[in-house]
Amino acid sequence: MTAAAQTRLWLAQRASAAVLAFCVVVHLAVIIYAVRGGLSAAEILARTQGSLPWAGFYALFVVAVAVHASVGVRAVALEWLHLRGRALGVLVALVAAVLLGLGLRAVWAVYA
Amino acid sequence: MRADWHARNHPAYWAFVVHRLSGLLLTLFLPAHFLMLGQALHGEAQLDGLLRWTDAPLVKTAETVLILLLAAHLTGGVRLLMLEFLAWRNWQKALAAIAAGAAIAVGLGFALNVA
Amino acid sequence: MATAAKAMDGPGQMLEVSVWRGGETGAYRTYAVPRLPSQTVLDVVTHIQRHLDPTLSYRFACRVGMCGSCAMSVNGVARWTCRTTVAKVAAGRRLEIAPLHNLPVVKDLVCDMTVFFDKWKRARGSFSPVAASGGDFAVVRPDSRARRAVDAGIECIGCGVCYASCDIVSWLPDYLGPAALNRAWTLINDVRDGAFRDRLRAVAGDAGCHACHTQMSCTERCPKHISPTAAIAGLKRATALAALRGEL
Repeated sequence: MTAAAQTRLWLAQRASAAVLAFCVVVHLAVIIYAVRGGLSAAEILARTQGSLPWAGFYALFVVAVAVHASVGVRAVALEWLHLRGRALGVLVALVAAVLLGLGLRAVWAVYA
Repeated sequence: MRADWHARNHPAYWAFVVHRLSGLLLTLFLPAHFLMLGQALHGEAQLDGLLRWTDAPLVKTAETVLILLLAAHLTGGVRLLMLEFLAWRNWQKALAAIAAGAAIAVGLGFALNVA
Repeated sequence: MATAAKAMDGPGQMLEVSVWRGGETGAYRTYAVPRLPSQTVLDVVTHIQRHLDPTLSYRFACRVGMCGSCAMSVNGVARWTCRTTVAKVAAGRRLEIAPLHNLPVVKDLVCDMTVFFDKWKRARGSFSPVAASGGDFAVVRPDSRARRAVDAGIECIGCGVCYASCDIVSWLPDYLGPAALNRAWTLINDVRDGAFRDRLRAVAGDAGCHACHTQMSCTERCPKHISPTAAIAGLKRATALAALRGEL
Protein backbone atom coordinates (compact mmCIF):
# COMPACT_ATOMS: atom_id res chain seq x y z
CA MET A 1 0.00 0.00 0.00
CA THR A 2 1.41 3.36 -1.01
CA ALA A 3 1.94 6.23 1.40
CA ALA A 4 -0.79 8.12 -0.45
CA ALA A 5 -3.25 5.26 0.05
CA GLN A 6 -2.32 5.01 3.73
CA THR A 7 -2.91 8.75 4.04
CA ARG A 8 -6.39 8.32 2.58
CA LEU A 9 -7.05 5.50 5.08
CA TRP A 10 -6.11 7.88 7.86
CA LEU A 11 -8.44 10.51 6.42
CA ALA A 12 -11.29 8.00 6.22
CA GLN A 13 -10.71 7.11 9.85
CA ARG A 14 -10.80 10.73 10.98
CA ALA A 15 -13.82 11.53 8.79
CA SER A 16 -15.70 8.53 10.18
CA ALA A 17 -14.65 9.69 13.66
CA ALA A 18 -16.33 13.04 13.07
CA VAL A 19 -19.51 11.30 11.86
CA LEU A 20 -19.41 8.99 14.86
CA ALA A 21 -18.96 11.89 17.26
CA PHE A 22 -22.38 13.09 16.14
CA CYS A 23 -23.96 9.60 16.03
CA VAL A 24 -22.65 8.55 19.43
CA VAL A 25 -23.87 11.70 21.15
CA VAL A 26 -27.34 11.08 19.74
CA HIS A 27 -27.15 7.36 20.59
CA LEU A 28 -26.05 8.02 24.18
CA ALA A 29 -28.83 10.54 24.65
CA VAL A 30 -31.41 8.09 23.29
CA ILE A 31 -30.08 5.27 25.47
CA ILE A 32 -30.10 7.28 28.68
CA TYR A 33 -33.59 8.52 27.89
CA ALA A 34 -34.89 5.10 26.85
CA VAL A 35 -33.61 3.03 29.77
CA ARG A 36 -35.64 4.99 32.29
CA GLY A 37 -38.25 2.71 33.78
CA GLY A 38 -36.74 -0.30 32.07
CA LEU A 39 -36.24 -1.21 28.45
CA SER A 40 -38.60 -3.30 26.35
CA ALA A 41 -38.63 -4.47 22.78
CA ALA A 42 -41.96 -2.75 22.29
CA GLU A 43 -40.43 0.62 23.20
CA ILE A 44 -37.45 0.17 20.91
CA LEU A 45 -39.51 -1.02 17.99
CA ALA A 46 -42.13 1.68 18.49
CA ARG A 47 -39.35 4.15 17.81
CA THR A 48 -37.61 2.39 14.95
CA GLN A 49 -40.21 0.33 13.09
CA GLY A 50 -41.20 1.92 9.82
CA SER A 51 -39.14 4.99 10.64
CA LEU A 52 -37.00 5.98 7.69
CA PRO A 53 -35.13 8.72 9.60
CA TRP A 54 -34.06 6.29 12.34
CA ALA A 55 -33.15 3.64 9.78
CA GLY A 56 -31.09 6.22 7.89
CA PHE A 57 -29.42 7.38 11.09
CA TYR A 58 -28.49 3.88 12.23
CA ALA A 59 -27.36 2.84 8.75
CA LEU A 60 -25.01 5.84 8.68
CA PHE A 61 -23.86 4.89 12.17
CA VAL A 62 -23.09 1.32 11.06
CA VAL A 63 -21.15 2.37 7.95
CA ALA A 64 -19.10 4.88 9.95
CA VAL A 65 -18.35 2.27 12.61
CA ALA A 66 -17.30 -0.30 10.02
CA VAL A 67 -14.77 2.15 8.54
CA HIS A 68 -13.58 3.53 11.87
CA ALA A 69 -13.18 0.24 13.72
CA SER A 70 -11.48 -1.59 10.84
CA VAL A 71 -8.85 1.11 10.35
CA GLY A 72 -8.41 1.30 14.12
CA VAL A 73 -7.91 -2.45 14.32
CA ARG A 74 -5.41 -2.14 11.47
CA ALA A 75 -3.18 0.10 13.60
CA VAL A 76 -3.37 -2.31 16.54
CA ALA A 77 -2.62 -5.28 14.29
CA LEU A 78 0.40 -3.49 12.80
CA GLU A 79 1.81 -2.41 16.15
CA TRP A 80 0.96 -5.23 18.52
CA LEU A 81 0.48 -8.29 16.28
CA HIS A 82 3.06 -7.20 13.71
CA LEU A 83 0.82 -8.24 10.84
CA ARG A 84 1.79 -7.01 7.40
CA GLY A 85 0.69 -7.08 3.78
CA ARG A 86 -1.91 -9.65 2.90
CA ALA A 87 -2.65 -10.93 6.41
CA LEU A 88 -3.23 -7.38 7.56
CA GLY A 89 -5.54 -6.63 4.64
CA VAL A 90 -7.58 -9.76 5.28
CA LEU A 91 -8.06 -8.91 8.96
CA VAL A 92 -9.13 -5.36 8.19
CA ALA A 93 -11.57 -6.49 5.51
CA LEU A 94 -12.97 -9.13 7.86
CA VAL A 95 -13.62 -6.65 10.66
CA ALA A 96 -15.28 -4.23 8.25
CA ALA A 97 -17.40 -6.99 6.67
CA VAL A 98 -18.59 -8.42 9.99
CA LEU A 99 -19.55 -5.03 11.40
CA LEU A 100 -21.19 -3.89 8.16
CA GLY A 101 -23.04 -7.17 7.64
CA LEU A 102 -24.33 -7.70 11.16
CA GLY A 103 -24.93 -4.00 11.62
CA LEU A 104 -27.05 -3.45 8.54
CA ARG A 105 -28.93 -6.65 9.33
CA ALA A 106 -29.74 -5.22 12.76
CA VAL A 107 -30.85 -1.91 11.22
CA TRP A 108 -33.19 -3.84 8.96
CA ALA A 109 -34.38 -6.01 11.85
CA VAL A 110 -35.65 -3.07 13.85
CA TYR A 111 -36.96 -1.17 10.85
CA ALA A 112 -38.98 -3.84 9.12
CA MET B 1 16.49 -1.96 24.95
CA ARG B 2 12.82 -1.26 25.54
CA ALA B 3 11.38 1.56 27.59
CA ASP B 4 9.42 0.65 30.70
CA TRP B 5 6.42 2.13 32.49
CA HIS B 6 8.39 5.01 34.02
CA ALA B 7 8.62 6.68 30.64
CA ARG B 8 4.87 6.24 30.11
CA ASN B 9 3.56 7.63 33.35
CA HIS B 10 1.94 10.84 32.11
CA PRO B 11 -1.62 11.95 31.24
CA ALA B 12 -1.39 11.91 27.44
CA TYR B 13 -0.14 8.34 27.59
CA TRP B 14 -2.95 7.23 29.91
CA ALA B 15 -5.34 8.86 27.46
CA PHE B 16 -3.83 6.74 24.69
CA VAL B 17 -4.24 3.55 26.73
CA VAL B 18 -7.86 4.33 27.57
CA HIS B 19 -8.61 5.16 23.95
CA ARG B 20 -7.03 2.02 22.55
CA LEU B 21 -8.46 -0.38 25.13
CA SER B 22 -11.94 1.11 24.90
CA GLY B 23 -11.80 0.93 21.11
CA LEU B 24 -10.78 -2.72 21.16
CA LEU B 25 -13.39 -3.70 23.74
CA LEU B 26 -16.13 -1.84 21.89
CA THR B 27 -15.15 -3.53 18.62
CA LEU B 28 -15.44 -6.91 20.33
CA PHE B 29 -18.80 -5.97 21.85
CA LEU B 30 -20.46 -4.66 18.68
CA PRO B 31 -21.10 -7.97 16.88
CA ALA B 32 -22.90 -9.27 19.97
CA HIS B 33 -24.91 -6.05 20.12
CA PHE B 34 -25.88 -6.32 16.45
CA LEU B 35 -26.77 -10.00 16.78
CA MET B 36 -29.04 -9.24 19.70
CA LEU B 37 -30.84 -6.44 17.91
CA GLY B 38 -31.09 -8.72 14.89
CA GLN B 39 -33.27 -11.00 16.96
CA ALA B 40 -36.09 -8.60 16.15
CA LEU B 41 -36.14 -10.37 12.80
CA HIS B 42 -37.73 -13.27 14.64
CA GLY B 43 -40.36 -11.09 16.18
CA GLU B 44 -40.83 -8.69 19.04
CA ALA B 45 -41.25 -11.45 21.61
CA GLN B 46 -37.84 -12.85 20.74
CA LEU B 47 -36.15 -9.48 21.29
CA ASP B 48 -38.14 -8.89 24.46
CA GLY B 49 -37.04 -12.21 25.92
CA LEU B 50 -33.41 -11.22 25.45
CA LEU B 51 -34.04 -7.79 26.92
CA ARG B 52 -35.42 -9.40 30.07
CA TRP B 53 -32.07 -11.12 30.42
CA THR B 54 -30.43 -7.71 30.49
CA ASP B 55 -32.44 -6.76 33.58
CA ALA B 56 -30.02 -8.78 35.71
CA PRO B 57 -27.87 -6.55 37.98
CA LEU B 58 -24.64 -8.04 36.67
CA VAL B 59 -25.67 -7.21 33.12
CA LYS B 60 -26.67 -3.69 34.12
CA THR B 61 -23.21 -3.22 35.62
CA ALA B 62 -21.63 -4.50 32.41
CA GLU B 63 -23.82 -2.12 30.43
CA THR B 64 -22.69 0.80 32.56
CA VAL B 65 -19.09 -0.18 31.91
CA LEU B 66 -19.80 -0.30 28.18
CA ILE B 67 -21.40 3.12 28.26
CA LEU B 68 -18.33 4.41 30.11
CA LEU B 69 -16.10 2.87 27.46
CA LEU B 70 -18.13 4.44 24.69
CA ALA B 71 -18.21 7.85 26.33
CA ALA B 72 -14.48 7.67 27.08
CA HIS B 73 -13.69 6.70 23.51
CA LEU B 74 -15.88 9.52 22.23
CA THR B 75 -14.43 12.25 24.45
CA GLY B 76 -10.88 10.98 23.95
CA GLY B 77 -11.48 10.90 20.21
CA VAL B 78 -12.82 14.46 20.13
CA ARG B 79 -9.69 15.49 22.06
CA LEU B 80 -7.51 13.82 19.39
CA LEU B 81 -9.42 15.47 16.55
CA MET B 82 -8.84 18.81 18.26
CA LEU B 83 -5.11 18.15 18.77
CA GLU B 84 -4.64 17.02 15.18
CA PHE B 85 -6.77 19.54 13.35
CA LEU B 86 -6.54 22.60 15.56
CA ALA B 87 -2.81 22.32 16.46
CA TRP B 88 -3.73 23.47 19.90
CA ARG B 89 -0.83 22.59 22.17
CA ASN B 90 -1.08 24.55 25.34
CA TRP B 91 -4.33 23.04 26.48
CA GLN B 92 -3.57 19.35 26.03
CA LYS B 93 -3.49 18.33 29.68
CA ALA B 94 -6.66 20.27 30.27
CA LEU B 95 -8.24 18.50 27.29
CA ALA B 96 -7.43 15.09 28.71
CA ALA B 97 -8.96 16.00 32.06
CA ILE B 98 -12.07 17.50 30.44
CA ALA B 99 -12.48 14.38 28.31
CA ALA B 100 -12.21 12.15 31.35
CA GLY B 101 -14.69 14.25 33.30
CA ALA B 102 -17.25 14.30 30.51
CA ALA B 103 -17.00 10.53 30.06
CA ILE B 104 -17.54 9.89 33.75
CA ALA B 105 -20.52 12.24 33.77
CA VAL B 106 -22.14 10.29 30.94
CA GLY B 107 -21.42 6.99 32.68
CA LEU B 108 -23.02 8.29 35.84
CA GLY B 109 -26.01 9.55 33.90
CA PHE B 110 -26.57 6.09 32.50
CA ALA B 111 -26.00 4.28 35.80
CA LEU B 112 -28.50 6.48 37.59
CA ASN B 113 -31.13 6.02 34.92
CA VAL B 114 -30.79 2.31 34.38
CA ALA B 115 -31.04 1.40 38.04
CA MET C 1 13.58 12.00 62.66
CA ALA C 2 14.00 14.95 60.33
CA THR C 3 17.66 15.36 61.25
CA ALA C 4 18.29 11.67 60.56
CA ALA C 5 16.65 11.94 57.13
CA LYS C 6 18.76 15.00 56.35
CA ALA C 7 21.92 13.12 57.29
CA MET C 8 20.82 10.24 55.02
CA ASP C 9 20.76 12.52 51.99
CA GLY C 10 23.79 14.62 52.79
CA PRO C 11 27.39 14.22 51.61
CA GLY C 12 29.28 11.29 53.00
CA GLN C 13 26.41 8.97 52.07
CA MET C 14 26.70 6.43 49.29
CA LEU C 15 24.57 5.99 46.18
CA GLU C 16 23.76 2.51 44.94
CA VAL C 17 24.13 2.77 41.16
CA SER C 18 23.15 -0.04 38.76
CA VAL C 19 24.75 0.42 35.37
CA TRP C 20 24.13 -1.60 32.23
CA ARG C 21 27.25 -3.43 31.15
CA GLY C 22 27.54 -5.31 27.88
CA GLY C 23 25.92 -4.95 24.46
CA GLU C 24 22.43 -6.04 23.46
CA THR C 25 22.88 -8.79 26.01
CA GLY C 26 24.55 -8.11 29.31
CA ALA C 27 23.66 -7.35 32.88
CA TYR C 28 23.43 -4.54 35.38
CA ARG C 29 26.45 -4.11 37.62
CA THR C 30 26.18 -2.22 40.87
CA TYR C 31 28.62 0.41 42.09
CA ALA C 32 28.77 2.43 45.30
CA VAL C 33 29.32 6.11 44.49
CA PRO C 34 29.84 8.86 47.10
CA ARG C 35 26.97 11.30 47.16
CA LEU C 36 27.90 14.95 46.68
CA PRO C 37 25.89 18.20 46.69
CA SER C 38 24.53 19.31 43.27
CA GLN C 39 25.83 16.08 41.78
CA THR C 40 24.55 15.19 38.32
CA VAL C 41 24.06 11.70 36.91
CA LEU C 42 26.91 12.42 34.49
CA ASP C 43 29.12 13.15 37.50
CA VAL C 44 28.16 9.73 38.86
CA VAL C 45 28.97 7.91 35.62
CA THR C 46 32.26 9.79 35.32
CA HIS C 47 33.19 8.87 38.89
CA ILE C 48 32.56 5.19 38.18
CA GLN C 49 34.71 5.23 35.05
CA ARG C 50 37.57 7.19 36.62
CA HIS C 51 37.72 5.63 40.08
CA LEU C 52 35.86 2.34 40.12
CA ASP C 53 35.81 0.68 36.71
CA PRO C 54 37.83 2.08 33.79
CA THR C 55 36.21 -0.43 31.40
CA LEU C 56 32.89 1.48 31.48
CA SER C 57 32.04 3.11 28.13
CA TYR C 58 29.85 6.17 27.91
CA ARG C 59 29.38 9.26 25.76
CA PHE C 60 29.49 12.93 26.66
CA ALA C 61 30.88 16.16 25.26
CA CYS C 62 29.90 19.60 26.48
CA ARG C 63 28.59 18.45 29.90
CA VAL C 64 26.61 21.72 30.17
CA GLY C 65 23.34 20.90 28.42
CA MET C 66 24.12 22.08 24.90
CA CYS C 67 25.10 19.06 22.81
CA GLY C 68 22.79 16.22 23.89
CA SER C 69 25.57 13.61 23.71
CA CYS C 70 25.10 12.40 27.27
CA ALA C 71 21.52 11.26 26.84
CA MET C 72 20.84 7.98 28.69
CA SER C 73 18.03 6.16 30.44
CA VAL C 74 17.99 7.13 34.09
CA ASN C 75 15.58 5.10 36.25
CA GLY C 76 13.74 4.14 33.07
CA VAL C 77 13.39 7.66 31.67
CA ALA C 78 15.47 9.21 28.87
CA ARG C 79 17.35 12.27 30.08
CA TRP C 80 20.44 14.41 29.53
CA THR C 81 22.59 13.10 32.35
CA CYS C 82 24.57 16.36 32.62
CA ARG C 83 21.35 18.24 33.38
CA THR C 84 19.85 15.67 35.70
CA THR C 85 20.75 16.12 39.32
CA VAL C 86 20.92 13.01 41.45
CA ALA C 87 18.71 14.67 44.02
CA LYS C 88 15.92 14.88 41.44
CA VAL C 89 15.93 11.25 40.34
CA ALA C 90 17.55 9.09 42.98
CA ALA C 91 14.64 7.42 44.70
CA GLY C 92 15.93 6.27 48.04
CA ARG C 93 19.58 6.63 47.06
CA ARG C 94 19.29 4.17 44.14
CA LEU C 95 19.99 4.88 40.50
CA GLU C 96 19.58 2.70 37.44
CA ILE C 97 21.46 3.87 34.36
CA ALA C 98 21.10 2.27 30.94
CA PRO C 99 21.75 3.28 27.33
CA LEU C 100 18.95 5.11 25.47
CA HIS C 101 16.02 2.86 24.61
CA ASN C 102 14.99 1.94 21.08
CA LEU C 103 18.54 2.11 19.75
CA PRO C 104 21.07 -0.71 19.30
CA VAL C 105 23.58 -0.91 22.13
CA VAL C 106 27.24 -0.60 21.11
CA LYS C 107 28.71 -1.08 24.56
CA ASP C 108 27.53 -0.27 28.08
CA LEU C 109 25.94 3.19 27.97
CA VAL C 110 26.77 3.90 24.33
CA CYS C 111 24.06 3.41 21.74
CA ASP C 112 24.33 3.38 17.96
CA MET C 113 22.66 6.51 16.58
CA THR C 114 23.00 5.46 12.91
CA VAL C 115 19.37 4.46 12.40
CA PHE C 116 18.21 7.66 14.11
CA PHE C 117 20.05 9.80 11.55
CA ASP C 118 19.18 7.49 8.67
CA LYS C 119 15.53 8.14 9.42
CA TRP C 120 16.27 11.85 9.49
CA LYS C 121 17.46 11.48 5.89
CA ARG C 122 14.49 9.28 4.93
CA ALA C 123 12.14 11.98 6.19
CA ARG C 124 13.97 14.41 3.89
CA GLY C 125 15.08 16.31 6.95
CA SER C 126 17.58 18.40 5.03
CA PHE C 127 17.25 21.75 3.31
CA SER C 128 16.79 21.89 -0.48
CA PRO C 129 17.28 25.44 -1.72
CA VAL C 130 14.90 26.84 -4.32
CA ALA C 131 17.01 29.64 -5.62
CA ALA C 132 20.55 29.38 -6.92
CA SER C 133 23.03 30.85 -4.45
CA GLY C 134 24.23 34.39 -5.12
CA GLY C 135 20.74 35.77 -5.63
CA ASP C 136 18.85 38.18 -3.43
CA PHE C 137 18.26 37.44 0.28
CA ALA C 138 15.08 35.57 1.00
CA VAL C 139 12.65 37.63 3.05
CA VAL C 140 11.23 35.64 5.94
CA ARG C 141 9.03 37.52 8.37
CA PRO C 142 9.74 36.18 11.87
CA ASP C 143 6.18 36.72 13.00
CA SER C 144 4.62 34.91 10.05
CA ARG C 145 2.65 31.77 10.87
CA ALA C 146 5.03 29.58 8.92
CA ARG C 147 8.14 30.98 10.57
CA ARG C 148 6.62 30.66 14.01
CA ALA C 149 5.95 27.01 13.26
CA VAL C 150 9.58 26.58 12.24
CA ASP C 151 10.89 28.42 15.29
CA ALA C 152 8.90 26.15 17.60
CA GLY C 153 10.85 23.15 16.43
CA ILE C 154 14.14 24.47 15.07
CA GLU C 155 16.18 24.11 18.27
CA CYS C 156 16.37 20.32 18.01
CA ILE C 157 19.93 19.10 18.41
CA GLY C 158 19.26 15.46 17.59
CA CYS C 159 19.90 14.06 21.06
CA GLY C 160 17.57 11.09 20.60
CA VAL C 161 15.63 11.47 23.86
CA CYS C 162 12.29 11.74 22.06
CA TYR C 163 13.10 8.76 19.86
CA ALA C 164 14.04 6.72 22.92
CA SER C 165 10.79 7.64 24.64
CA CYS C 166 8.41 6.74 21.82
CA ASP C 167 6.44 3.48 21.94
CA ILE C 168 5.63 3.60 18.24
CA VAL C 169 9.35 3.55 17.51
CA SER C 170 9.67 0.37 19.53
CA TRP C 171 6.56 -1.22 17.96
CA LEU C 172 7.22 -0.23 14.33
CA PRO C 173 10.88 -0.53 13.31
CA ASP C 174 10.31 1.56 10.17
CA TYR C 175 8.64 4.47 11.97
CA LEU C 176 10.62 7.63 11.21
CA GLY C 177 10.18 8.90 14.75
CA PRO C 178 9.50 12.24 16.42
CA ALA C 179 12.83 13.98 15.75
CA ALA C 180 12.97 13.27 12.01
CA LEU C 181 9.33 14.24 11.59
CA ASN C 182 9.76 17.40 13.64
CA ARG C 183 12.68 18.42 11.43
CA ALA C 184 10.66 17.68 8.30
CA TRP C 185 7.91 19.97 9.62
CA THR C 186 10.37 22.84 10.12
CA LEU C 187 11.42 22.44 6.51
CA ILE C 188 7.87 22.12 5.21
CA ASN C 189 7.27 25.55 6.71
CA ASP C 190 10.50 27.04 5.42
CA VAL C 191 9.60 29.32 2.52
CA ARG C 192 13.13 29.05 1.13
CA ASP C 193 12.91 25.26 0.76
CA GLY C 194 12.01 23.65 -2.54
CA ALA C 195 11.35 19.99 -1.67
CA PHE C 196 7.83 20.47 -0.31
CA ARG C 197 6.06 17.77 -2.31
CA ASP C 198 8.82 15.15 -2.03
CA ARG C 199 9.05 15.74 1.67
CA LEU C 200 5.31 15.29 2.19
CA ARG C 201 5.54 12.00 0.33
CA ALA C 202 8.47 10.97 2.50
CA VAL C 203 6.64 11.60 5.78
CA ALA C 204 3.21 10.20 4.90
CA GLY C 205 1.90 6.74 5.69
CA ASP C 206 2.50 3.85 8.07
CA ALA C 207 6.17 4.68 8.60
CA GLY C 208 5.51 8.39 8.82
CA CYS C 209 3.34 10.89 10.59
CA HIS C 210 0.19 8.74 10.39
CA ALA C 211 1.66 6.19 12.75
CA CYS C 212 1.74 8.72 15.59
CA HIS C 213 -0.97 8.14 18.19
CA THR C 214 -0.35 11.31 20.18
CA GLN C 215 1.09 9.50 23.19
CA MET C 216 3.18 12.65 23.65
CA SER C 217 6.06 11.01 25.46
CA CYS C 218 8.34 12.89 23.05
CA THR C 219 6.85 16.24 24.05
CA GLU C 220 6.93 15.25 27.70
CA ARG C 221 10.63 14.38 27.62
CA CYS C 222 12.22 16.81 25.14
CA PRO C 223 14.92 18.74 27.03
CA LYS C 224 14.50 21.65 24.60
CA HIS C 225 10.75 21.76 25.25
CA ILE C 226 9.93 21.12 21.62
CA SER C 227 6.65 19.39 20.84
CA PRO C 228 7.18 16.85 18.06
CA THR C 229 3.55 15.90 18.56
CA ALA C 230 2.46 19.34 17.37
CA ALA C 231 4.81 19.10 14.40
CA ILE C 232 3.48 15.66 13.50
CA ALA C 233 -0.09 16.95 13.76
CA GLY C 234 0.92 19.64 11.27
CA LEU C 235 2.33 16.99 8.95
CA LYS C 236 -0.93 15.03 9.21
CA ARG C 237 -2.85 18.09 8.08
CA ALA C 238 -0.42 18.91 5.28
CA THR C 239 -0.32 15.36 3.92
CA ALA C 240 -4.11 14.99 4.18
CA LEU C 241 -4.62 18.18 2.20
CA ALA C 242 -2.13 17.03 -0.42
CA ALA C 243 -3.84 13.63 -0.64
CA LEU C 244 -7.23 15.25 -1.12
CA ARG C 245 -5.80 17.38 -3.91
CA GLY C 246 -4.17 14.38 -5.56
CA GLU C 247 -0.76 15.90 -5.00
CA LEU C 248 0.69 13.22 -2.76
